[in-house]
Amino acid sequence: MFKASSTQKRTFFFIAIGWAILLIGDRIGELRQYQGSFVAMYALAIASIILLTGYSGQLSLGHSALMAVGAYAGALSINNLHLHPVVALVIATFVAGLFGLLLGFGVARLSGPYLAGTTLALAVSLPTLANQFPILGGEQGVVFDVGLPPARFGENFSQYKWFFWISSLAVLIMLWLISNVLSSRYGRTFRAIRDNETAAALAGLNTGRLKVLAFAISSGMAGLAGGLLVMLISGVSPSAFPLSLSFSLLTGAVVTGIYSLRGVMLGGLVLVAIPEIADSLVTRIGGSEGFTATLPGFLVSALLILAVLFAPNGPGKLLSTFKKNN
Amino acid sequence: MIKLITAILTALTTGAIYALMSTSLVLVWRSTRIINFAQAGQAVLSTYIGYEITIRTGSFWVGVVAAMIFGALLGAVIDRFFMRPIFKRIKNGPILMIAPVVATLGLLGIIQAVIGFKWGLTYQSLAAPVSTDGYTLFNRVIAFSPFNLLVVVFATISMLLLTLLFQKTNIGLALRASAHSPEIARLSGIKVDLIRTLGWALAGAAGGLAGMLYIPSSYLYPNAMDVLLVFGFVAAVIGGLESLFGAVAGAMILGFAISFATSYVSEKLVFPMAFIMLVVVLLIKPAGIFSSKKSRRD
Repeated sequence: MFKASSTQKRTFFFIAIGWAILLIGDRIGELRQYQGSFVAMYALAIASIILLTGYSGQLSLGHSALMAVGAYAGALSINNLHLHPVVALVIATFVAGLFGLLLGFGVARLSGPYLAGTTLALAVSLPTLANQFPILGGEQGVVFDVGLPPARFGENFSQYKWFFWISSLAVLIMLWLISNVLSSRYGRTFRAIRDNETAAALAGLNTGRLKVLAFAISSGMAGLAGGLLVMLISGVSPSAFPLSLSFSLLTGAVVTGIYSLRGVMLGGLVLVAIPEIADSLVTRIGGSEGFTATLPGFLVSALLILAVLFAPNGPGKLLSTFKKNN
Repeated sequence: MIKLITAILTALTTGAIYALMSTSLVLVWRSTRIINFAQAGQAVLSTYIGYEITIRTGSFWVGVVAAMIFGALLGAVIDRFFMRPIFKRIKNGPILMIAPVVATLGLLGIIQAVIGFKWGLTYQSLAAPVSTDGYTLFNRVIAFSPFNLLVVVFATISMLLLTLLFQKTNIGLALRASAHSPEIARLSGIKVDLIRTLGWALAGAAGGLAGMLYIPSSYLYPNAMDVLLVFGFVAAVIGGLESLFGAVAGAMILGFAISFATSYVSEKLVFPMAFIMLVVVLLIKPAGIFSSKKSRRD
């Protein structure tokens, strides 16, 4: 009998998901393909938060800024270096990762609220730098154009389907890589540090270096997600990365369950669904302009608080305690 | 010369407002070990109340008092009916580490959304009680107005009152004792929970005052205080998060650094400068530059 190792099983699992996503992508309309691309992008961004917070025990409110770093790096490599979009996305990942590495040396040793506040300051201050350098295009930003889908896919292959393919595949490959990292020695050491830093240090782990490493990996993931985000909105500008993006990602991560990457798609779905739900609520009950504009923010925050109160360890844990009680 | 004087006066004004914000963060941090990110929302909501009262009564001063009272009540209510129940629910598990940050962020979002429901997202302006035209110095109009002077005076007075409260009264002693070691304070008969709520109330009042002093030079909208929250946090970290003196000193250092960087180097350096200061302090002296044993005890 052929017996697959856990790594092989995981690889088969990801290939199966990829296959399923491509099949689904053929059968849904353009709007759903576009939304699906957002779900994938958010899922990756949420995964970057979960890796950092759930696995390594650090809390970042600055992931919108890290996404911006990746997005600008990707946009510049397409516009100024004329690189292929796929290469640009890889560059986005590595530049954001490198930025996260440098930043990590400064901040990754900080404890909870200090790190949260510092990354908050980063999220507020970094986008304003875009006005400093003409190459970044100021408030207008720069375009991010991945171009038309290749001709060999046929004439019926729409731009939205092309977006959908790029984001789903990029996200799946990245998540596959990360889940391999997390099931390796590094994943175990991250969890050891999260659960008890002193014990981990006594066991001979270089906790400082490992925290910086986790910060860098997480930044790289956020950078790729940022590149995908600006691909979907076809341009990068400071206003594409507001502080509320960081908060939404945190909400997505808490709703997903901060200790497991398994539910990241759910978190992405929630973040895409919230504006839709708010829209349909507004059309049903009406309301002023202020109500319409702030309802999504209200729903995100309410969800964040409810999730912390009633399912602090994620929906999976909630279900398993429920089963145990019966 | 004029440039230097203007830079110093601007630093004093901005520093005074940062000081109020950093004080409100430090008061909550000392009593509950929470960085209250919702403070931006509490302060701006108090300012909206102060704004409404100012319009109804026609007096800015009544508005200031209303904003401070509302801020204090809101702070107390949040601690008693929101923070305390949450921490009763979440006793253990690794979520405990991020729960305070997540809870205050969620609260911030809810407060700002509620403001949006009630007042909309439009920018409102709050008229200053005294002139906002700059003084004339050596026949040149400088960027320092009677209102700026009022900001500095008000912030100074409130800091002095707060210091008196902490150093000279029994309540202040109880506040210091419960911040320093809650268990021993409880054993000596201090109602630590009540004192914590008082800490939140004082912080709320300071936030309301900061809003009423800041908004006339800017505009009133739901996110108006977000930036001040960041500056207040940076100032509090520079000062070491523990002491009120540190919070004020940190705010002044930050005010001077930003004012000089913007008037001598580039206007756009406001946020980068704050971030650089934060990272430098955290790298060199993570416990803040005033973190001697002495200041920890006050």
